[in-house]
Amino acid sequence: MYVIVAGGGDIGFHLAKGLIEAGHEVMVIEQDRHRAQWIEEQLGSVVLNAPADEGRYQLEAGCQRADAVIAVTGEDAKNLVICQLARHNCGPHGRVIARVTDPKNEILFKALGIDETVSSTRVLMNIIEQELPTGGFLPLMPLTGSHLEIIEAEIAPGTPSVGKAVRSVGLPAGSLIGGIVRGGQLLSGTGDAVLQVGDRVIVFAPTAIEAEVRSRLYG
Amino acid sequence: MNILIVGSGRVGATLAGLLDDAGHQVTIVDRDRASFAHLPAGSNVTTFLGNGIDLDVLRQVGIDKVDAFLALTDGDNRNLMAAQVAKEIFGVKRAFAKCNDPIRAEIYRAKGLATFSRTSILALLLKAMLEQDPEVGEVLLRQTLALERKLAGEEARDAAPPAAAAGER
Repeated sequence: MYVIVAGGGDIGFHLAKGLIEAGHEVMVIEQDRHRAQWIEEQLGSVVLNAPADEGRYQLEAGCQRADAVIAVTGEDAKNLVICQLARHNCGPHGRVIARVTDPKNEILFKALGIDETVSSTRVLMNIIEQELPTGGFLPLMPLTGSHLEIIEAEIAPGTPSVGKAVRSVGLPAGSLIGGIVRGGQLLSGTGDAVLQVGDRVIVFAPTAIEAEVRSRLYG
Repeated sequence: MNILIVGSGRVGATLAGLLDDAGHQVTIVDRDRASFAHLPAGSNVTTFLGNGIDLDVLRQVGIDKVDAFLALTDGDNRNLMAAQVAKEIFGVKRAFAKCNDPIRAEIYRAKGLATFSRTSILALLLKAMLEQDPEVGEVLLRQTLALERKLAGEEARDAAPPAAAAGER
């Protein structure tokens, strides 16, 4: 594969190094001259010393024939623009992947046409949450043009909603259970559905009453 | 109009002052408190300290109710991201982004974003001035000079110590 790595920071450097070791063809685009020189000393002639967020340098790096462009600078806005320009410049088969630092931007990038994102913050959070014995209460995303959001609550042992039917959980007015994920299957969240340990409950609720939803479902 | 501006640098703050004078309701967001010092003294512009590409911040300042949105920070990428968020996520009809790289400005304009580049505007204006081309920029130039005279006048008045004012007798 031919992969363009936009941004030669720590992540970009180690990504490029790993890809080269795995036998792929790589080009790193790095704006800082000293950093670009250093990478060249380490990895050979695989560096273009230029700003990756300018289309002509993406073209110079050969993005029309690239199998992937991966934007890994430390700035979310810059990674978004690099990816959108790459989408514009690359061939139709080229994959475009963005690193995001603020996990909220994963959803945002999708809405703006960049489907593949990697958030190290999210990955670390997931690892930590899996280690916690109490499950999770996770506001997933805001809903456009409203004050509503989607929340995922995992029903853990000892939480107030275990064994209760949805109608007797006492969710605040204005909130709605959209579905229950149990063992990978989607169940409807009707009033007589009984919540079990391990269920992941998807709730639609106004952001303003998130705390109340949390206390009812999750304690 | 209800107008939201992200970036309280010289351009953003000056525009906020002009719009405020014209009777519009203006909110300006910046992540650096010191930048609000660019706003003209005594303006009614609402200031908000926060990151203007953050969805929660934009929601907090009421982006879903604005008639126009302008991203005027010193970073092209941040401006392009913020204006896309305003347009695509919050449905703001009129979203502008300052993008000083003219090529990027054109690419995003083709995607439906109202971008403008200080680079192109200033370069064309200067060229027109040098060639004494009356068609390009005459109105703009006249208004610019008037605005700058006004701003400088206000500055001098605010800065004048009482003793100097007394000298007018």
